[in-house]
Amino acid sequence: MADLRSNFLGIKSPNPFWLASAPPTDRETNVVRAFKAGWGGVVWKTLGEDPHVVNVNGPRYGAIHGVDRQLIGFNNIELISDRPLDVNLREIKKVKREWPDRAMVVSLMVPVSEESWKTIIPLVEETGADGIELNFGCPHGMSERGMGSAIGQDPEYIENIARWCKQATRMPVIVKLTPNITDIRNPARAAQTGGADAVSLINTVNSIMGIDLDSMAPNPSTDGKGSHGGYCGPAVKPIALNMVAEIARDPETASLPVSAIGGISTWRDAAEFITLGAGNVQVCTAAMVYGFKIIEEMVDGLETWMDEKGYSTLEDFRGAAVGNIVDWKYLNMNYVVKARIDQDKCIKCGRCHIVCEDTSHQAISTEKDGERYFDIKDEECVGCNLCASICPVEGCIEMVQMTEGDDPRTGKPISMDYANWTTHPNNPSAAAE
Amino acid sequence: MTSSSTATEISTHRLEAHEYQQNFADLHPPLNAHQASVEASRCYFCYDAPCMTACPTSIDIPLFIRQIMTGNTTGAARTIFAENIMGGMCARVCPTETLCEEACVRNSCEEKPVTIGFLQRFATDAYMETAQHPFKRAPETGKTVAVVGGGPAGMSCAHRLAALGHSVTVFEAREKSGGLNEFGIASYKSTENFAAREIDFILSIGGIEVKNGQALGDGLELDALRQNYDAVFLALGQGGSNNLGLDGEDVDGVINAIDYIADLRQTPDLGALPVGRRIVVIGGGMTAIDIAVQTKLLGADDVVIAYRRGQQQMNASRYEQELAQTRGVKIVHWAKPVELNSASGNVQAVRFERTSLDEGGKLVGTGETFELAADMVFKAIGQVLLTEPIANSAGPELTRGRIMVNDERKTSLNNVWAGGDCIDGGEDLTVVAVEDGKIAATSIDLYLKSNAA
Repeated sequence: MADLRSNFLGIKSPNPFWLASAPPTDRETNVVRAFKAGWGGVVWKTLGEDPHVVNVNGPRYGAIHGVDRQLIGFNNIELISDRPLDVNLREIKKVKREWPDRAMVVSLMVPVSEESWKTIIPLVEETGADGIELNFGCPHGMSERGMGSAIGQDPEYIENIARWCKQATRMPVIVKLTPNITDIRNPARAAQTGGADAVSLINTVNSIMGIDLDSMAPNPSTDGKGSHGGYCGPAVKPIALNMVAEIARDPETASLPVSAIGGISTWRDAAEFITLGAGNVQVCTAAMVYGFKIIEEMVDGLETWMDEKGYSTLEDFRGAAVGNIVDWKYLNMNYVVKARIDQDKCIKCGRCHIVCEDTSHQAISTEKDGERYFDIKDEECVGCNLCASICPVEGCIEMVQMTEGDDPRTGKPISMDYANWTTHPNNPSAAAE
Repeated sequence: MTSSSTATEISTHRLEAHEYQQNFADLHPPLNAHQASVEASRCYFCYDAPCMTACPTSIDIPLFIRQIMTGNTTGAARTIFAENIMGGMCARVCPTETLCEEACVRNSCEEKPVTIGFLQRFATDAYMETAQHPFKRAPETGKTVAVVGGGPAGMSCAHRLAALGHSVTVFEAREKSGGLNEFGIASYKSTENFAAREIDFILSIGGIEVKNGQALGDGLELDALRQNYDAVFLALGQGGSNNLGLDGEDVDGVINAIDYIADLRQTPDLGALPVGRRIVVIGGGMTAIDIAVQTKLLGADDVVIAYRRGQQQMNASRYEQELAQTRGVKIVHWAKPVELNSASGNVQAVRFERTSLDEGGKLVGTGETFELAADMVFKAIGQVLLTEPIANSAGPELTRGRIMVNDERKTSLNNVWAGGDCIDGGEDLTVVAVEDGKIAATSIDLYLKSNAA
């Protein structure tokens, strides 16, 4: 059986699934329930200075839904912990003592002052917690007060605060990054330069979830008004995957440990982040949608898959996909594919035809022997993957590589040699490459 | 009442009042908003959608389902009504399992089509509750059209003509309009007086005058209508019932199913309907199912449908057959009635001969017989067009006993169109009748605007 034990910055947990700093890790009751359910660790909901913040008394969450109200995206305007600091510290200490095998990381957010950070850190250290996560990510509310993502958007602040924190503790320091920036590599580099042991990402994305067309109020609405919240859930996973990959691909930060966050809902999502170099993963929205029991599927799914693949530890496949993320210019221009429709699986909905006809390359026919029948016109098909993407039947349309003959669309012979844009005759700077 | 019987086994009030209410409640309770939203999201929004092709009225099904999915129920209803003003009734009575839902591509992958009929009902019911009308009439054209028959074909045609600005007079023989929607189909498919409410909805467009109690041939002559109106649409239905051709068919207890159903649909007290303990229904179509199920629901003990051919040949859909069977109706195939046995003027039993197909595919008796005891025998072996009402006028040409029409539903007479069950090729379906009316109205409109009228 695969070994799911995780060692992230020396912080050990029975599995790589931590609950992210968020409402599920707000208090002892929740965290103990999570540990009983099988979660490997938690990042305790962000602590701040007393007097503690207060939340709105109206809705904190908004959602967008897909088919059958399946939650696709989620957002919140909840602030950091709205309980007194000493209450949180007392509970953290108690839970860590009772659950020594689980990871207990504490998220922190205090003003940009060395004294503030150096005051709160010893208090956390005293609890026996395993590490701290600096919340430079929350994009709502706290950012208006110069904290959260306001820090995460400024590499100089990131570096300085990381340095103060490292000076103040022997605990591992994780810097949590905001995705509300143009290039994630800059804050990641700054964290590394400041001495942070790791980064965690992504925090939530600036978002307005919708407008009520009767009241003209945004969702969620506080007495008819709303402010932007932080977007998360399955919809943000692709953004998070890219940012995690960016850090893994950047020579400067390639060895910087990453705790991956962003729409992780299943074991498969987690495995994907680990293949991009993540040392562990943090989950929030999925737990808030289904409850803590989903950890059972995540652990079992990851174990089963690892057994099937012959991976005995997480390290066996960690980073395995990083090398396959490249700049566009290095993609093989000689790789030619054509769509292939499995007629046994085809239910004849015709969507592939109409989307190709209306929005792409007019490469799918509709009829054979007077019957409804959808097939690919190789002479038109550019292999774009639109048809396969929108086909309602999984595995019905696949993109199949041409390995010999001529491409009926271009008339050019298929070459199995690798050739990319850098040497392509149409590239004006080809000679320079 | 249909039949005053002296047989002791026929009686009224077999059930408690609440049992009638329960038995004749809506066959399929309507979808609620959540159910509709879940079901609508199953639609794939197919290209050149097979469901739409399968619908005799060509309703844009993918569009109306997408409208439901986005919360635009009003738009969904308008999409439906644009092609089928009786979309509400069709949602209830269409054999969707052999029309749109049979064509649904979801059958290919999971053998469970989108329940198009239920969704159509969801949208149309919601719209009709608002007491609005989805269309505005075009300016008055000054042209007049007589529609004979206030059933689905007649009302569909009248509505479209009115919408196009023509003035329509509907002549309906009965005191209530709606035709078989009102008098024919099973009660549990059209609850809460839906047929009558739908007629009111159709008439609310304006421009349609309905004259009830005016039957063709009874002071109302086709010749005169052709003279007094610019065009005539005949939607006569099929007023006659086929007979078994057996001796003693006129004894008490041998009843035309269609007549009994009409009584059932109109009675204010289901318990007052006399029903036997042992019922034999002869026929294999929807009417046979409707009478069999409803007599069972009225409290009959044994109800048997006897059909002279096999299950495959039954006009009633498989769904309807199963409906009957799950309500406790027994269906006997390959049996034709050969003798009615009666005593004291009441039917007692029917003797059947078993049948089979000979080598040439012709139905033949095998000589083997059996008898089914019966207090009531219902004839549900088809309807015929009564031609007497048009006998006094220069009538349209008939073929196979029904009115001959071309693709535009025009008869052999220059200003007369026809549609519904009275025309050759009619399929005895509400939705087909609605389409006939629509096609005829379009043709009539062209005729009227061409100034030939």
